Amino acid sequence: MDILTLFIIVPIITVIALVFSKGLERARVVSMIGSFIQLGMAINLLFAYLREIKVNSDIMVFTKDVVWFKNFNIHYNIGVDGISVALILLTAIVVLAGVFISWKMKELPKEFFISLIVLSLGVYGVFISIDLFTLFVFFEIAVIPMYLLIGIWGSGPREYSAMKLTLMLMGASAILLVGILGIYFNSNADGGALTFNILEIAKVNIPIEAQKLFFPFVFIGFAVISALFPFHTWSPDGHASAPTAVSMLHAGVLMKLGGYGVFRIAMFLLPEGALHWSWFFIILAAIGVVYGAFSAIRQTDLKFINAYASVSHLGLVLFALLTLNKIAWNGAIIQSLSHGLLTALFFALIGMIYGRTHTRDIRKLGGMMKILPFIGAIYVITGLAYLGLPGFSGFVAEMNIFVGAFQENSDTFNRILTILVVSSIVVTSVYILRLVGKIMMGPLETNDVNDLPKATWFEKTGILLLMIPVIGIGVAPFWLSEMIMKSLEPFIQGVL
Amino acid sequence: MNFSSFLLMRQEIILLTIILLLLVAEISISKSKKQSIVHLAIFLFGIHTIVGFLPIESGKLFGGMFHSNELVHFFKNVLNVGVFILLLQSADWLQEKVVDENKGTEFFILLFSSLLGMYFMISAGDFLMFYLGLELSTLPVAALAAFEVTKRISSEAGIKFILSAGLASGVSLFGISMLYATSGSIYFDDIITMISATNLTILGFVLFFAGLAFKISLVPFHFWTADVYEGAPISVASYLSVISKGAAVFILMILFFTVFKTLMHVWENIVYVIALATMFIGNLFAIRQQNMKRFLAFSSIAQAGFILLGLITGTQLGTATIIYFVMIYIFSNLAAFGVVQAISLKTGKENMNDYEGLYRTNPNLSLVMMLALFSLAGIPPVAGFFGKFFLFTAAASEGYYLLVFLAVVNVTISLYYYLLVVRAMFLRTSDQAIPYFKNKLYMRLGLLITVIGILVIGLYSPLYDYIFELSKNLN
Repeated sequence: MDILTLFIIVPIITVIALVFSKGLERARVVSMIGSFIQLGMAINLLFAYLREIKVNSDIMVFTKDVVWFKNFNIHYNIGVDGISVALILLTAIVVLAGVFISWKMKELPKEFFISLIVLSLGVYGVFISIDLFTLFVFFEIAVIPMYLLIGIWGSGPREYSAMKLTLMLMGASAILLVGILGIYFNSNADGGALTFNILEIAKVNIPIEAQKLFFPFVFIGFAVISALFPFHTWSPDGHASAPTAVSMLHAGVLMKLGGYGVFRIAMFLLPEGALHWSWFFIILAAIGVVYGAFSAIRQTDLKFINAYASVSHLGLVLFALLTLNKIAWNGAIIQSLSHGLLTALFFALIGMIYGRTHTRDIRKLGGMMKILPFIGAIYVITGLAYLGLPGFSGFVAEMNIFVGAFQENSDTFNRILTILVVSSIVVTSVYILRLVGKIMMGPLETNDVNDLPKATWFEKTGILLLMIPVIGIGVAPFWLSEMIMKSLEPFIQGVL
Repeated sequence: MNFSSFLLMRQEIILLTIILLLLVAEISISKSKKQSIVHLAIFLFGIHTIVGFLPIESGKLFGGMFHSNELVHFFKNVLNVGVFILLLQSADWLQEKVVDENKGTEFFILLFSSLLGMYFMISAGDFLMFYLGLELSTLPVAALAAFEVTKRISSEAGIKFILSAGLASGVSLFGISMLYATSGSIYFDDIITMISATNLTILGFVLFFAGLAFKISLVPFHFWTADVYEGAPISVASYLSVISKGAAVFILMILFFTVFKTLMHVWENIVYVIALATMFIGNLFAIRQQNMKRFLAFSSIAQAGFILLGLITGTQLGTATIIYFVMIYIFSNLAAFGVVQAISLKTGKENMNDYEGLYRTNPNLSLVMMLALFSLAGIPPVAGFFGKFFLFTAAASEGYYLLVFLAVVNVTISLYYYLLVVRAMFLRTSDQAIPYFKNKLYMRLGLLITVIGILVIGLYSPLYDYIFELSKNLN
């Protein structure tokens, strides 16, 4: 079994084991073991990849190619580059942390963990696919469990949120399907056979008219899941209703599929389309960044604040990708990783606070630092990392993005937008610091606070799991930058 | 012509034998042992289904009236498997409700006669055989729809069906006579060479198409569907939506891709418009349905609209994707109808809000239903996704991007109402949830086969390759 297919096999085995496990105790242990193995495999993959690229100069390594539907030239074709390796590692970390955070899932635990693992399977599948069809299959597999996860285990208007989220994301993937078919039927433009293989299509000169026509389909199809303005409306509702681990996975991992897809499919395969349309979508992305940040200021529900902050930060990823600049691209990938970890941390902490105080309303919270010192301290650290304090991953990412976006080869239009987008940093500081000041440092708001339970071991494990890489990337970003930069080469050649 | 050439009609002959055997059994089995008729019929049909998979030669009989090739044979097998599953799912209903009224054998004889009609219809080599097959496949179903004579709604369904079916086949026959008038022949092979796009031919073609569109319940010939499905026994509704529709799609495809190939510039536009109308109307009406049978009726109308996306291509790819999709559709829809059947039989409940909290009381049934609905909605990794994706690919291969785009909009609409059922079963809890019950062996087997089909057909690519190879017979 090759090193990548295991990322499909292990979740499947975990799911099968979960089907036969009864009760919460078994289910959580099984899923913990399963996601531990995944994390082990992801770390192993990282080192194997670092070894491999020293001897192998292919774009994708660890490739495997099995014919699936031969009439359509559909292959089960997998492989990874530095970007996908980093994102796979992120996924493994967030999934394991998510399992720890859901340690006390009482209602239908087995089904909960099955949905969670299926979701992670879909995400791994997207990150390892080289074949458009396989990628699309995994993309949809990743989205659909969200309906059950939010609908069954959610809170508030869960049915509404789950339906809205599912319809918007599946609607987007339906649009994506048209784009994929458009790419497929133009993949023989140079006289070869029709193919779904990303690497082969990248070599083909797809007619410019077709690129211009299909770029918006592919772009929007992927960008909706990254909460591109004005298609972001599913995100606040979805996040607010979802249970903690699902918010973590969703904001931390699932939304990253959007940026990944935009980069790897839309921009890599349709570079002319990207050039043609970037001015339009970059405006949308910039609006998203600023709009998300300002909306976050106005919210009083902790989860809504974080959801709008995600709209803002992922808008930044799309913005950076569309600036068509390699340093900004590097920043976009690091931002994806950084935001994935930080937002998962935030949601985990919010879940813990909510589990203890039964409210997410910041007007009713205060002085948590005194009552819950561990959670409070981590919350402050996460907040600081989120607003881009040096020493944490957020700084590295945003620095790269803004430096790249403002470089000499960028035109006035891009520069004006960059200035606009940079201003969101200030707004981010406003809402994060206000939040920290009010609920952590502010006066106590509740009286029955002495019996709030301290953070348990599984909560701490989950938190630390996410915290370590945040600091790791912040302190020593170079090895990561280097790995990503190397993988950006084909994109730089193809698109710029 | 010698005796062995009759083996081309092996499927028909065996099915006819089964019908006759059941007649004899009906006479000879004493009233107290009538239950065994159900076992006997299922056993015999099971044998027939298995024997059907033996290869058959290609050829023609009766001077070209009847023809058979690998593709036609394969499709008869698909219908057989569908009917076999249907029988398994209906066995409990038959044993509990029908046999006591001494109508068990009638059910099988009518059902098998209708299937026999479909065999002849898809094997037809001329319009006469086609029309006879069409009638034979339709008339018994009217009797079946009115099978629960004590229920007013069932009789109503029977009357509605026979009236609209009669009108449709009359219109169809009118069309055929015009085609005969212009081409001078009723044999498909002759018409292929002689047909030309004169006004009378086009009029004849349109009338003919209207008759078949009724059977597939394409908009605007769909009005009977929901009422008949609702009134007829669930087994019959299931048969109408799955087997009858499948066979009609198949013969429509054969005729469009061979006889009417020269009229392609005409029917392209017709199919384009009807596909859109069928998808949109089917989907939008399905949203409002509460009764599960009506719900599935509109869902199956919408699915027929998707099938037209393959039809519009007129290519080998189109043929293959249509057959593949119809196959998947048969399994998915049978699974959905099977669950409705099981619940209705045990509790008499048929409304969507009766399903609330079903997962917590009957997890297995809910899972089957969810798989079926996901397959109908086209969500991977279940088979329906592959069926839809390939249909869209086929349509896009001929450049119908706008049609594909509108179709994917419809996929999203359909996802909404399929999720409504999932919502009732999984998301909601209810005090009046249907209590746990255990299905009998036949029903469980029937559902199991559909689930295996739904899970395997999509992922197992050699099956598609095989169908693609077979499709060469047509194009």
